[in-house]
Amino acid sequence: MALARSRYLDTFFVLSTVTLLFWTEFGDCNNGRRSSDGMDTDFSGFSIPLEHSFEVDDVPRFRGRGTLQLRGGRETSVSLSQIQLMEEDRNRLKDVAAVDGLYRIRVPRVSLQADRQTERQAEGYLTAFVRACSVVESHLSDVISLHTDVSGYLIGVSIVTLPGACHGAEVEDEIDLEAFNTTISIIGPVNAPAPETARFIERMEQEMEKKGKNPQEQKSFFAKYWYLILGGAVLLMASSSAQPPAGGAREQG
Amino acid sequence: MASLLYPLTICLYLLNLSAAVFEDQVGKFDWRQQYVGNVRFAYFETQPQSPNVNVKKLLVATENNIFASLNSRTGDIFWRHVDKTGPEGHIDTLLVHGQDAIVVVGNGRLLRSWETNIGGLNWETVLDTGSFQSAALIGVQDLVKYVAVLKKSAISLHYLSNGHQKWVENLPDSDTVQYQTVYSGGNGEVFVLGVVPHSHIVVVAYSIEDGEILKQTSVEAPWMSSLESSCVVVGPGVLLCVDPVTLSLYTLPLQSEESTEMNQILLQTLDLEVASGFQPVLTSTQPNPARPPLSTFFLQLGPDHHILLQLSDGLIAPLRDFSPSVLVTFATTGDRTVAAVMTPKNDTACSVNLFTVDSGRRLLDTTVIYHMDPNGGNPIRLYVHAFLKKDDSVGYRVMVQTEDLTLTFLHQPGRVVWTREEALADVVTMEMVDLPLTGTQAELEGEFGKKADGLLPMVLKRLSSQFILLQAWIAHLWKLFYDARKPRSQINKNEVTIETLSRDEFNLQKMMVMVTASGKLFGIDSKSGTILWKHYLKDVQPNAAFKLVIQRTTAHFPHPPQCTLLIKDKDTGLASLHVFNPIFGKKSHIGVPALPRPILQTLLLPLIDQDYAKVLLLIDDQYKVTAFPSTKNVLQQLQEMASSIFFYLVDSSQGRLSGFRLRKDLSTELIWEVVVPAEVQKIVAVKGKRANEHVHSQGRVMGDRSVLYKYLNPNLLAVVTESTDTHQERSFVGIFLIDGVTGRIIHEAVQRKARGPVHFVHSENWVVYEYWNTKSRRNEFSVLELYEGTELYNSTVFSSLDRPHPPQVLQQSYIFPSSISTLEATLTEKGITSRHLLVGLPSGAILSLPKMFLDPRRPEMVSEQSREENLIPYAPEMPIRTEWFINYNQTVSRVRGIYTAPSGLESTCLVVAYGLDIYQTRVYPSKQFDVLKDDYDYMLISSVLLGLFFATMISKRLAQVKLLNRAWR
Repeated sequence: MALARSRYLDTFFVLSTVTLLFWTEFGDCNNGRRSSDGMDTDFSGFSIPLEHSFEVDDVPRFRGRGTLQLRGGRETSVSLSQIQLMEEDRNRLKDVAAVDGLYRIRVPRVSLQADRQTERQAEGYLTAFVRACSVVESHLSDVISLHTDVSGYLIGVSIVTLPGACHGAEVEDEIDLEAFNTTISIIGPVNAPAPETARFIERMEQEMEKKGKNPQEQKSFFAKYWYLILGGAVLLMASSSAQPPAGGAREQG
Repeated sequence: MASLLYPLTICLYLLNLSAAVFEDQVGKFDWRQQYVGNVRFAYFETQPQSPNVNVKKLLVATENNIFASLNSRTGDIFWRHVDKTGPEGHIDTLLVHGQDAIVVVGNGRLLRSWETNIGGLNWETVLDTGSFQSAALIGVQDLVKYVAVLKKSAISLHYLSNGHQKWVENLPDSDTVQYQTVYSGGNGEVFVLGVVPHSHIVVVAYSIEDGEILKQTSVEAPWMSSLESSCVVVGPGVLLCVDPVTLSLYTLPLQSEESTEMNQILLQTLDLEVASGFQPVLTSTQPNPARPPLSTFFLQLGPDHHILLQLSDGLIAPLRDFSPSVLVTFATTGDRTVAAVMTPKNDTACSVNLFTVDSGRRLLDTTVIYHMDPNGGNPIRLYVHAFLKKDDSVGYRVMVQTEDLTLTFLHQPGRVVWTREEALADVVTMEMVDLPLTGTQAELEGEFGKKADGLLPMVLKRLSSQFILLQAWIAHLWKLFYDARKPRSQINKNEVTIETLSRDEFNLQKMMVMVTASGKLFGIDSKSGTILWKHYLKDVQPNAAFKLVIQRTTAHFPHPPQCTLLIKDKDTGLASLHVFNPIFGKKSHIGVPALPRPILQTLLLPLIDQDYAKVLLLIDDQYKVTAFPSTKNVLQQLQEMASSIFFYLVDSSQGRLSGFRLRKDLSTELIWEVVVPAEVQKIVAVKGKRANEHVHSQGRVMGDRSVLYKYLNPNLLAVVTESTDTHQERSFVGIFLIDGVTGRIIHEAVQRKARGPVHFVHSENWVVYEYWNTKSRRNEFSVLELYEGTELYNSTVFSSLDRPHPPQVLQQSYIFPSSISTLEATLTEKGITSRHLLVGLPSGAILSLPKMFLDPRRPEMVSEQSREENLIPYAPEMPIRTEWFINYNQTVSRVRGIYTAPSGLESTCLVVAYGLDIYQTRVYPSKQFDVLKDDYDYMLISSVLLGLFFATMISKRLAQVKLLNRAWR
């Protein structure tokens, strides 16, 4: 495997888009606890191969597509360097697209935490696919995401092309199918929010304060209900003086 | 102003959402059935009845850790005590004496005495640790005063009146001797019998008074492995054992001083022959614990061969040979004991007869005929309730327990008084099927369904169906007339039989097909709860897993509806199919495919064959696919569709989720793989969406009149994991949303400091899950909602292969003040009605929680826009309001699952909660907006309409006259 990789390194590289992605940690305020994970890791980084397969008979035969350069640490960053497609590959990709075959990619199962890489090198690969026709029609522009679990272990890979649809459009220019235009990112798990009790209590307190400060609310009993008292008094007087109570009622309204 | 409005809006919502039942609605749409489970011990109340108490009781203790009292006249439950599930509440033994029932619970953890009339607890004692072996009532001088509990290394004696311990003694050499039986003949001694397998028997006699060891003997018995299975005590304290190897009986007098050897009696000398490979079984009886057992006993020599024997002076004499005989038992009333024997009569019936124990003579006029259900199991136990008639002859009633957990109570000469289907205490899965149309409706449908063949036959067909309709109408009229003449009391309107089953106007009445753990299937009418059919699958393993699919509904007359039950052995993974008609329960004659390999996954496709049956795909462990039905038509369709049929497999032991695509030759290819390392987290559940779910609205209108479109991916899977690290600071629950076609991880969230069990619902564009927060020590709900944004990528069709943009994910969590047992969402016909979550609580209540409260867009601060959208301001705590309990006071014990089904009315959702009990009701999440109220004033509206009609007529007339007059002028 190492031999094969070095052969790729000899061929010329096309450095594609580099994306930095942070360990997604939002929602929670008190998340300083994770710092111990990345304290003592070396930042030398390491690389893993990215392989692809597209065959007319749909039996996967994976070949190298490029190398993923990973920089371990608290914020794992990734960059991808890939080789161009050869003439033969381009034709095969078109043939596969014509029969609505699949374009598959795979990466080995590794841990992205550089310090754990040696201890947790599990066998096996993670695979994903798109329809070959959409790869052709998007002119090799795709988005690859590497998904990790809480411990930084690679659990899944996904690939989508932009645009994703197959309209049956012919790709005339061979140049369009030479180099990949890839956006790559690492996506870690999101911290699900816990019930927001603190902020709710804060807000309730604010409201209480507002209520307390509001001068309207602090009026005396008589100031607040003078019209009711007046109305009641008028009503009482009206009824005691044996007059029709309609006048009192009008007064009250 | 906003602060004032805030509580107001909440109040308004709560006011709107309260949907309790009125008192006069109780039992109108809902019913509950209570069960006790598989009966292990049953006793009839033997106490002589006082004249004013004429209700007889039956005490049962079951495998579901339930102790209950049944009314032996109706089979109803008088009272029921539901203990903890699992070994902690396991009922080890039940002893009944007079009004007291003594129960040992939890492998000898607790000793309880219950008062049998009202089910009150007399007393409870915590016993010393040690695994329970046996218990017996002990009598002294004709009075039963104590209960002895034998544990692995100790014996204790307790007062029957208050449970206090009289004495406890350690058993000698308990590390080598297995003490298994305790016996007392009422003469001041308690015998504890133990065995050293294949060596000797140990007999220890204790004094009842102070627990002193009076005597300890050991007797050679190199052939014996277990006392319990091969020995009984008969007559005046004689231990009687049977050896299946040498085919002989051994006797040992327990009281005698010098006995060091058992007395062997070869069965051959008694002219008895044991069926080959059968372990002979002895059955004796001790009618009164204060007196020695009877000297008569049964010996079972074969599966259907028993013999009644008598021991006298160390000699055994056969009294009567019963061949064939299925079951035997003893019954006592007063001082008379009889033997009851069940003998097969023919293929479908058995007869039970009584025999005297002293001579084996048959008692006259004591035959009870028991008709076996052809769809049921064989009888496995017989309980006899004997009583003395006025003329001093013995009368009796029989309760028969069968393999399929049915209890049948019979009177002489074979009248079935009641039956209880205890298999329903353990429902595994269920479906609701629409009822068929009535015969006449079906006839009309059939006319259109048949192919046209010429003008004349069509006319004839039409005439014949019209004639059938006329006939049915006349029959109906005749029935009305006939019923009107009968007194009102005789008319039983609610009677539901399989013949009268038909769909009602709004499809509110359905057939509930229930699959129970024992392998018995039931068809229950959802309106009344009547069991309309039952079918026992005889060769189902006890650990089998079931999956029920509806392949063809009732909508395709004249093809009958068709359900398929996949029965899978959990150990071997081998599966078999049972195809049946869900309305009548009859097994279908359709040939089922042989499944020689373990089945990993099943897939019900929307494809239908020429007979309108949906295609079921079964994937075996070599990833080969079997189609059922597999006609040419189906295979052809599958070939055409193959490249768009995807399925997924889950291997939770390795944390592997993998996706496959079907090939034209019905083989499969692996197309994606996601591996969640099993060392860190374990996949506990994977759920897709329900196939029959409709979403009416594609998006939500927001406050600013823009639309937020929902991400409605029908292939989305919600995967829930739990961390292997259970430390309360580090444990977490993982939620993955994965596209089942492409394997793309749409969302990945981690709920930190959380622990299972996780209950979750996945529907529409949301996932709701409940977990235990280890830090705050409380239950919490969390809701995830997925939105595409304000623009739809492709509004006409959804394809997992062409959705490049990940959805927006919103999430919010809430505190829930109770733990929960199960979670389900309501489902309606068109999905217009707002959704509620149905939460089964451990208290037995079912809470209907509006989804509105679980909305991640609930704002922290109230704004004009959020008010426009009717969003409730965020509050961390979720309320539980008692009006939301849909089952008011009808507690559903140990609720394990809730099933929801849409009805013909958009507002109405049918709900069945099952567990130990079964509860059926209807819920109206948005109130009954499409139904007129019961008290709707028809008179007023019709008189107004009529009035208006006449007014227009008159005014029209007047206008005409006026016009005419004007024309003349």
